[in-house]
Amino acid sequence: MNSTDRTVPVDNYLTAGEPGLAGWLCTHDHKRIGILYAIGITFFFFLGGIAATLIRLNLIVPAGALMSAETYNKAFTFHGVVMVWFFLIPSIPATLGNFLLPLMIGARDVAFPRLNLFSWYLYVGGGLFTIGALLLGGVDTGWTFYTPFSTMFSNTHVVLAVIGVFVVGFSSILTGLNFIVTVHTMRTVGMHWFRLPLFVWALYATSLVMVLATPVLAMTLSLIALERLFGVGIFDPALGGDPLLFQHFFWFYSHPAVYIMILPAMGVASELITCGVRRRIFGYRFMAWSMMAIAVIGFMVWGHHMFVAGQSMYAGIVFSILSFVVAVPSAIKVFNWVATLHKGTIDFHAPMLYALGFVGLFMLGGLTGLFLAATALDVNLTDTYFVVAHFHYIMVGGSVMAYLGGIHYWWPKITGRLYPEGPARFAAILMFFGFNLTFFPQYLLGYLGMPRRYHAYPEPFQWLNVLSSAGASILAASYLMPLCYLGWSLWRGAAAGPNPWRATGLEWTTTSPPPVHNFPLPPVVNEGPYQYCP
Amino acid sequence: MMSTTLQASSIAPDIDTLFNTMLVVSSIVVAGVFGTMIVFCIRYRRGSPADRTERKSSSLGIELAWTLVPLVLFIGLFGWSIGLWQRLQTPPADSAVIYIVAKQWMWKAQHPNGQREINALHVPIGQPIQLVMTSEDVIHSFYVPAFRVKQDVLPGRYTQLWFTATRLGSFPLFCAEFCGTDHAVMRGDIDVMQPAAYAQWLRQHASETLATRGATLFRQLGCSGCHGSQSTVHAPDLAGLYGNTVALSDGSRVVADDRYLHDSIMLPALQVVAGYAPIMPSYQGRIGEEDVLALIAYLKSPAPEAAHEQH
Ligand code: HEM
Ligand SMILES: [Cu+2]
Repeated sequence: MNSTDRTVPVDNYLTAGEPGLAGWLCTHDHKRIGILYAIGITFFFFLGGIAATLIRLNLIVPAGALMSAETYNKAFTFHGVVMVWFFLIPSIPATLGNFLLPLMIGARDVAFPRLNLFSWYLYVGGGLFTIGALLLGGVDTGWTFYTPFSTMFSNTHVVLAVIGVFVVGFSSILTGLNFIVTVHTMRTVGMHWFRLPLFVWALYATSLVMVLATPVLAMTLSLIALERLFGVGIFDPALGGDPLLFQHFFWFYSHPAVYIMILPAMGVASELITCGVRRRIFGYRFMAWSMMAIAVIGFMVWGHHMFVAGQSMYAGIVFSILSFVVAVPSAIKVFNWVATLHKGTIDFHAPMLYALGFVGLFMLGGLTGLFLAATALDVNLTDTYFVVAHFHYIMVGGSVMAYLGGIHYWWPKITGRLYPEGPARFAAILMFFGFNLTFFPQYLLGYLGMPRRYHAYPEPFQWLNVLSSAGASILAASYLMPLCYLGWSLWRGAAAGPNPWRATGLEWTTTSPPPVHNFPLPPVVNEGPYQYCP
Repeated sequence: MMSTTLQASSIAPDIDTLFNTMLVVSSIVVAGVFGTMIVFCIRYRRGSPADRTERKSSSLGIELAWTLVPLVLFIGLFGWSIGLWQRLQTPPADSAVIYIVAKQWMWKAQHPNGQREINALHVPIGQPIQLVMTSEDVIHSFYVPAFRVKQDVLPGRYTQLWFTATRLGSFPLFCAEFCGTDHAVMRGDIDVMQPAAYAQWLRQHASETLATRGATLFRQLGCSGCHGSQSTVHAPDLAGLYGNTVALSDGSRVVADDRYLHDSIMLPALQVVAGYAPIMPSYQGRIGEEDVLALIAYLKSPAPEAAHEQH
């Protein structure tokens, strides 16, 4: 509509709130909080990325190129802990979710603005604890903290790291609660459940998982700390404890947690695709219900991480079939996204490229998940690089692609500025290419039998590792690019106007950047989402 | 071909058939979906003259179809995989048992005749081998890619794994569960030999059998002081115990299997036999898992009491 406007409105949340650092650190505005999260998350992403770089450098040579075994173990633990808890889990919900949820449902803010700020402090506080553990020498248990290694044998700063994760878990619970209440109580006039944008459905499903699963994590982590500090004997077989119990607790949280990472990404992709294609998403209701189905069935499949751990054959059978079943709603979503392209008017702007990349990588990651769900194949593949490749396809190929796509799509709304299209498209394509070069060889490595978490490996695995490391350098470059051109756009970008994509959705009806309370008057909704014409 | 991907066990070809089938099915799906995506992207790019009339935003028929077809396909694959899974989990009755004890960072193997080795395992070709495994510290995982088998090895538990080697040669053994600093170098070799060569290898390195060593330990550790037939201490008789049902003082009953015997030695206070005082000392920390295995072998052997009385 107004994409030729030259001036950014003065009355917006960036300029009109309390001024100065205090204005940001004490803000109750969900938009400012979203940005605070974005800053923290970007910081942790690059910390985790540095660890990834070290890992990949080390693996260029079979004997390990630059680190001792101990340092390597600390590096992959740091990489995993940071990427999972301080990047992936909060990324989309806490940044884009916080910024957009109230805007998309026509609300002034989230239901509990102060609690929202408190959640951010918990997030930062937890993060600092973990960085403290790093400065004091690191942790070497892997992000999974398996007992009894973590409780009795590791001489590193497990308790500190666990406290960090514990605290961040509360941030996640509070954000989830806040979103649930917001969606239930703050929808504007006419915004019925089946008029909610799919991103809101995704945030809602994610919040349910956060609220129900995260307490189990908190409990599990407390048990580790108790066991380490006081030797109570819950996991210690020498005291009659059970080491497998930990894995059940851990995956009861951590499997649903992967849906905390991917559901919001699915929501983002749906918004990006429907706008890029300029037509209504195919099968809106199926899309909404499939997200709820994933959230619910996702609670019942944790045992597929433990097929060879020593649980019974029958448990394996049950977890296997449930894992196949949970793949159905994911398959539905892929088909729906593709069907949405049919008879559309497709615009290959950067967010659309990211979204298409997301669909491709998510599908490759999802299909390999079926191999792991088949118990007989999992026996051979689990705890090898096949698994490393599988979860990077889902979590990095899926979540990170969608996150970056979302950042690009809503960037004009968030900042009021346009970024340069050329570099953005180039980065998206480079990322897809670099990603596949990094992680596809890891499928092969796993199939050939290279176990994960190895600082040194037998000679024949080398060439694939070298390929993967080469891909990682391309991938790293593609991750640095957005930092540059998006940063540049903050100073030099043209003003975006309220709706540069000519998109539907309430967030595009207000000015960019939005005013402090989002809308001058509460908007009224009288039709479903995605009313693109024709 | 790497020696990790050779099909070197009886189950490997069947696992690979399932893997390859799934690979073909997935490739077809990938080609179909990517192909459609690319065709749509080209045909319906902005500015193209394609026909865009009569587009639909939902269709119950199509959606049900692409929900149910994957579901049926997945259930089929599940059924196939479960058949193999049951085979992987059920050792044939004529398997030869070898004991494995994992420890940061080595694999220790004990053959029934007492032969021991570290980071190597010699097995005869064509003979089903059942490994009964436990760990002395953290969780490890016994992984032989060429056999397509893997099983975690836990402290305080016995897990099992079986295979029939079908190819002579040496195959890499890895630890697949992160177990601390030298996890990556906790490796070994499985050496598959002709049965005759294996028998000879066993003889060459022959020593006292596990059960005999167990009998010696039974005496040295003072077990016989209470459990011996001449003992005046009120302790359960262990002759013929293995495989029987035991009544416990809390009213429950357990089968005296390897796990029960292990726990009775290491954690005697946990399960006290009905009618006896909980006076047995724990051997936790005093003996290693290998000794426990020897003791169990002794208790499993015919008439352990008789063996004891010889001394
Ligand atoms: C350039 C990008 C990346 C590279 C080259 C890379 C590389 C690796 C490698 C080689 C491992 C396996 C370590 C091992 O098991 O020995 C690993 C583990 C992991 N990565 Fe990445 N990674 C990258 C990006 C990411 C990102 C962006 C995330 C999350 C957003 C992530 C999440 C994880 C997690 C959760 C693990 C498991 C850690 C563990 O085994 O404890 N990675 N990564
Ligand atoms: Cu190990």
